[in-house]
Amino acid sequence: MTRSEPSPDWADIMHRIHKDRDEAAFASLFGHFAPRVKGFLIRSGASNGLAEECVQEVMTTVWHKAHLFDASRAGASTWIFTIARNKRIDALRRQRRPEPEEIGWGPEQEPDQGDILALSQETEKLAVAIAELPEKQRFLVERAYFAELTHSEIAAETGLPLGTIKSRIRLALERLRHAMK
Amino acid sequence: MGQIKHHLSDSLLMAYAGGTLSEAFSLVVATHVSLCDECRARLGEFDVIGGCLLDRCESVPVATDALARTIAQIGGGVQEHAARTRCGQPGDLPQPLHDYTGRNLDEIRWRPMGGGVSQMRLATSSGATARLLRIPGGTRLPDHGHRGLELTLVLSGAFHDEDDRFTPGDLEIADQATQHTPHADAGQDCICLAATDAPLRFRGIVQRMAQPFLGI
Repeated sequence: MTRSEPSPDWADIMHRIHKDRDEAAFASLFGHFAPRVKGFLIRSGASNGLAEECVQEVMTTVWHKAHLFDASRAGASTWIFTIARNKRIDALRRQRRPEPEEIGWGPEQEPDQGDILALSQETEKLAVAIAELPEKQRFLVERAYFAELTHSEIAAETGLPLGTIKSRIRLALERLRHAMK
Repeated sequence: MGQIKHHLSDSLLMAYAGGTLSEAFSLVVATHVSLCDECRARLGEFDVIGGCLLDRCESVPVATDALARTIAQIGGGVQEHAARTRCGQPGDLPQPLHDYTGRNLDEIRWRPMGGGVSQMRLATSSGATARLLRIPGGTRLPDHGHRGLELTLVLSGAFHDEDDRFTPGDLEIADQATQHTPHADAGQDCICLAATDAPLRFRGIVQRMAQPFLGI
């Protein structure tokens, strides 16, 4: 896979959304993530109409919760993924999502620049490792995240034995962990 | 919380991160992660994978007025209040579990299940059930196997079976292959959060007959 251009500094853009309530910054974040969130929801089984509605709710949540985003603990794509996933559980499965307790870090503490850099480098390495996974392995990891399928359901859908699915996912995770070391 | 020795598996963490676990199992995962920094860090890695997959996900164009409508929705809205933080009072249940019990451990209204064991059922969506179990110290549960997946998280006290011992924060993962006889340690009551997606299968005929009444 070729990389066309360096990705924007999402941490800075999130900071501007939080501190300055900067609509232009929000528009650039929206331009990148809204179509991806919509693709994610449609791959998860949402209709076009429902996906469109959910995208707007997800991006509204991003705006309202921008003060909770901590660039030293999670990248913007990770953070937006968790919001989109929770919206999907709520909208498509009509379930509550029990979340772990937050650890108090002190909300107004400025995140450490070194931590932000380390995290974004780690995320970048992981993105490359995912792109370089053998197709068979990446396909199964994507199914697990996007298609709302359990391992047994993937087995039924693909006709692959459950053991094969589990071992391919295990191999994929080993590669991804290795990449993040 | 002492040293936690029995942790979440990769497949449970990935299913929780991917949002495919049923609510009862998600409650056990969220409660364990609230108690276990190691699994919290591992879960963070699975969320990062989700973020990377979202980033490389095939885009589907949004409506031309989607941004304008979103900004209109935002207008006048207030920032949501800060995240919930650990309350840290002894005897309190971890927040995700407290959200389901609505009360602290010493205020739970326990319902007897037979054999000295009592329970509080927790309301979750269908697919799997969750309950708090109180097993008096020294009590042996009937020998049982499992038709599906069963997660048991120790909150206080301890239990052991043929192979292992489980203390507060420890999670036991049992599936079709597991046949065991859990035994609460002598002394303190053992209180657990348990979730299962299938009825337990007891070996003894008496327990099998009693099963429909016990509701497990």
